[in-house]
Amino acid sequence: MKKFGERIPQSLFFIIALSALSVLALITIFIFIEGVPLISKVGFFNFIFGMKWAPSLGQYGIFPMIVGTVAVTLGAIILGVPVALCCSIFLAEFAPKKISNLVRPAIQLLAGIPSVVYGFWGLIFIVPIIRNYLGGPGLSILAGSIILAIMILPTVISISEVSLLALPPLLKEGAFALGATHWQTIRTVLVPAARSGILASIILGIGRAVGETMAVIMVLGNAVALPHSILDPARTLTTNIGIEMGYASGEHQQALFATGIVLLVIIMILNGAAQYAVRRK
Amino acid sequence: MKKGIFKYPKILRISIVFCLVISLISLTFLIGCSRSENSVIVAGSTSVQPFAEVLAEEYMILHPGVNIDVQGGGSAAGILATQSGTCNIGMSSRNLAGTETKLWSVEIARDGLAIVVNPKNSISSLTIDQVRDIYSGKTGNWSLLGGKKTAIDVVTREDGSGTRSSFESLVMGKTEINARAMVQDSNGAVRQLVADDPAAIGFISLGLVDKTVKAVDLNGIIPTRENVTNGIYNLSRPFLFLSLHEPTGVAKDFIDFTLSDKGRQILDDQGLVTMAVNP
Repeated sequence: MKKFGERIPQSLFFIIALSALSVLALITIFIFIEGVPLISKVGFFNFIFGMKWAPSLGQYGIFPMIVGTVAVTLGAIILGVPVALCCSIFLAEFAPKKISNLVRPAIQLLAGIPSVVYGFWGLIFIVPIIRNYLGGPGLSILAGSIILAIMILPTVISISEVSLLALPPLLKEGAFALGATHWQTIRTVLVPAARSGILASIILGIGRAVGETMAVIMVLGNAVALPHSILDPARTLTTNIGIEMGYASGEHQQALFATGIVLLVIIMILNGAAQYAVRRK
Repeated sequence: MKKGIFKYPKILRISIVFCLVISLISLTFLIGCSRSENSVIVAGSTSVQPFAEVLAEEYMILHPGVNIDVQGGGSAAGILATQSGTCNIGMSSRNLAGTETKLWSVEIARDGLAIVVNPKNSISSLTIDQVRDIYSGKTGNWSLLGGKKTAIDVVTREDGSGTRSSFESLVMGKTEINARAMVQDSNGAVRQLVADDPAAIGFISLGLVDKTVKAVDLNGIIPTRENVTNGIYNLSRPFLFLSLHEPTGVAKDFIDFTLSDKGRQILDDQGLVTMAVNP
């Protein structure tokens, strides 16, 4: 009787856990079934490196969007990562308990703000500033990078803070015993020791930036052309799906799924890299 | 001695109850989804959708017990859904072409297409050729048209939009829209961007022009409803209702209501231009 009572929940939980996995498999298979025929029809190289996106004319080249995605993400990393790292070092090493108890939930709150709110704020606040002081239409790679830099802060801060806190206290004590100051210890011992976790946090931050859609649609301008400067509008892979899905049908819809395949592969590579970074000691 | 479900821990009991509730709810939805004869699905152009929704509301007030479900999806999707029979009435904001013309269709109204600029822009009149050159990227600066010396921020709609395809066939002809043009995914987003950016130009439905943007004269003709009605302002497109066959039953009654004086009055009030169908 006892064994039976044990076995039922076991198998029940196993089935439920399996259903989560099967949803992932289902989505992946569906995206590939929908997208692969178009990629093979257009040709892999024409699809990835094609410069022209005009679904109504049957031209599907996503290279400008790949460039847009890379540009916006790179901008977000350049703007966001230094701030996030300083913040995590401050929280892990310098902050008195009272302050860190205040800052930590505040940063978690930052992660809870819906992305459409970020986008709206960017459109109303950041875009006019760029338009008035730097020129161009305002909707630009720079605007997208600023918004994404803010959005990746919680991810990068919390993961790198955790990896700093998880270091064995021996490291710090040893460094102090050798006469190193607090800052010297952080710089030469703690941060290098936590670098795999910090690297993982940055990679996950990149993943977040690459996958963000709604906020970016609103501030990026969505033009499908190679940008000449960071003040030019651009389109990312995610916004391509977001902006065109409403009207897409037939081949056009397949092309959006094919865009999804490229995104999925990029995210898989990034997540794999993050896993690898964490496991490597 | 606990019996039945109570021998499991609390969390498990909760999950079992939760699963049961979920399956019950989904069952209810399944039953709710079964179609009745008094239900009509209208789907298609997002430009026509808001007007069809108002019509459907009025119609359902007059005919209790009838359900008219208005969905978006775009002109292309509306035409496809009509051809495949997944909707009773399709909506299109562009003329039918090719095999699409086999469908039964009726024009419920016309909508003007306005070329809009920021109110601060000194330019208030353009020719169609000038608009085409702006959108193709040939003219890149307002100073070439007699305005301020700033680059023109061209705003267009996404590929697949009915408004965009109307603009392409009415203004661009064979010329392509410059890939560097900014893309927004609704009339409202285009209007918002043009209202904010002094150097922007865009095209939106005439009914949606308000004080935040300025509709320019085209070839010297002011874009007004009157000028669309008498055909002088020729940037206009039809709003069509489609059906696979000659409509019958509730669908026919709803289309008749749309074309009646009351239906036309509703569309007129919403800023569209309706023609006298039965003079």
